[in-house]
Amino acid sequence: MTTFEAILLTIVTASTPLLIAALGELVTERSGVLNLGVEGMMVMGAACSFAAAVTFDSTLIGVVAGMLAGALMAALFALLVLGFAANQTGSGLALTILGLGLSGLIGAPFVGARRDPVAPIDIPGLSDIPVIGRLFFEQDLFVYASIVLTILVGLYLMRTRSGLTLRSIGENHTSANALGLPVWRVRFWAILFGGACAGLAGAYLALVYTRFWSPGMTAGRGWIALALVVFAAWRPGWVLVGAYIFGAATVLQLHAQAAQFGVPSQVLSAVPYLATILALLLLSIRHGRAIGAPGSLGVPFVPDR
Amino acid sequence: MRFELTPRTNSPTVMRIFASVAAFITAFLIAGFVIWLMGRSPIAAFDVYVLQPLSDPWSLQELLVKATPMALIAIGLSYCFRANLWNIGAEGQYVIGAVLGGWLALRTHGTDAGAWLLPLMVLLGIIGGALWGLIPAFLKTRFGVNEILTSLMLVYVAQLILDYLVRGPWRDPKGFNFPQSVTFDPSATLHPILEGGRVHYGAVFAGIAVLVTVIVLGRTLFGYRLKLTGDAPRAARFAGFNSKATTLAVFAISGGLAGLAGISEVSGQIGQLQPSISPGYGFTAITVAFLGRLNPIGILVASLVVALTFIGGESAQIMLKLPLDLTQAFQGILLLCVLAADAMVSYRIRFVTRGGGR
Repeated sequence: MTTFEAILLTIVTASTPLLIAALGELVTERSGVLNLGVEGMMVMGAACSFAAAVTFDSTLIGVVAGMLAGALMAALFALLVLGFAANQTGSGLALTILGLGLSGLIGAPFVGARRDPVAPIDIPGLSDIPVIGRLFFEQDLFVYASIVLTILVGLYLMRTRSGLTLRSIGENHTSANALGLPVWRVRFWAILFGGACAGLAGAYLALVYTRFWSPGMTAGRGWIALALVVFAAWRPGWVLVGAYIFGAATVLQLHAQAAQFGVPSQVLSAVPYLATILALLLLSIRHGRAIGAPGSLGVPFVPDR
Repeated sequence: MRFELTPRTNSPTVMRIFASVAAFITAFLIAGFVIWLMGRSPIAAFDVYVLQPLSDPWSLQELLVKATPMALIAIGLSYCFRANLWNIGAEGQYVIGAVLGGWLALRTHGTDAGAWLLPLMVLLGIIGGALWGLIPAFLKTRFGVNEILTSLMLVYVAQLILDYLVRGPWRDPKGFNFPQSVTFDPSATLHPILEGGRVHYGAVFAGIAVLVTVIVLGRTLFGYRLKLTGDAPRAARFAGFNSKATTLAVFAISGGLAGLAGISEVSGQIGQLQPSISPGYGFTAITVAFLGRLNPIGILVASLVVALTFIGGESAQIMLKLPLDLTQAFQGILLLCVLAADAMVSYRIRFVTRGGGR
């Protein structure tokens, strides 16, 4: 395998967790709920998946545990913002703070443990094509799943009745409520889906990307996923594009650090964060206000009587 | 059966205070449960976390030392949150304040600078924090970029800047290659208020910030403008209040206060620049601001309460081998409880049985 191929492969691995987490958040936000707790749900997913995978020596159990952890955190968030109509921004931040702390407690006994790499799935014949063969047809299951998930989320939102309901609730919850649409129920499931995705993204980080646990290992990826949703103007296809651009930025800066251009490593480490700001800025310059934002995004829902 | 939320028209102050206290007690019960789940005694933990620090004079001083940066930052954040603007990058503004103020301390190191040095350092700290805070504010007012994400991303950038400086150009050449600057000269050090004590003049800054904020919010047009911008943005526009100017102003204020906290901490407490100068004060201050219900006096009390969890967390780590992450988890639980309590105050919760609505 050439270095070039190796870089391309790591880009895919770096992009996949961003893509999965952002897709989940996209569905949550399309239902009109802003969950800023992605980072917290993701890091909990990472800690719980790693703990479960090591304890039971099973990647599958780890992945399930990660998704459950994310969904459980999301359920807590749902209780606050749906049950109590609490401030969504504050609740999301609280979820992140809680997740970062709690994951440290859960992961503490597993610091230093390692997992074996997850075997990639080799699609015979196709994976022998030079360069793109290994890139597209010899990845782990999660990568394929994330692509399928992108398509499914797109189809669900745009081509199904239930997706239309979800979007209309996100666009205007008062009207949707007046039409008899189940605002709370749809939002509850959308929040839970977002949590499970964030948990899965965390599981991927811990079980495939790093294969060890360290506290706060998500390192702002949850926040980048949030930015991706804005960047993608709430469209799944663009989330895919954005996730790969950011994944590439992350990997290339790591390689640039290794190559030692004489640029301080900290400058390169700042690239993903600066790129996020730049992307949001360019988007806003092109389109004015954030386009595609659901009308009721972030507004607590208290029905009129 | 289900429940309904009805907005309350008025909510008495007593109830607001009660809600904060209730949230705090609930958070303690949940944390106690978590500790019990970890196979430890919640009673022993409560003793180490709360009772021991409160009965020991050294810890009481430490309480003020830790509460100082959080109170300063949270007071600043309350300006933003009142106007419904979300500056969550105070941690970065704190770091840049420390960097810019610290720059002067390092620049004048060994030159026997006069009494002008400290005030100028503090001023630079405020300016540094304010400028860093103005970046997301400018991006928001000029281009409509979401301030939540940009202010947070700038935290990472600020931390990397500090990291670069103390490992590179600002590293102490005689420091055995440790990533830290030289120790500040006495003329660049914020002194303890009482001789031999631990509480430095940063606490006085926090006190001043509280008093000024009480006056600004209660007695000035600017305070009213903030409230109106946050509660009824359309009404604020009709009243002729410029929302862009408000955005820039509150971000400058909160950034400036975070920067002040940063330089005070570095100059009064740490005494040098190093890669990590905060155990997450900038993020914890968000909890403090909400726990204090965005009220300056409330924030002062809340900062002391949350400082207690930091000190308790440190001694629990030593005495009970409870991990430090428990403190952060507790702060998250606390913020969740406060927000839930907030809803209890803002809405009347009515249980509705099927068929018998009213």
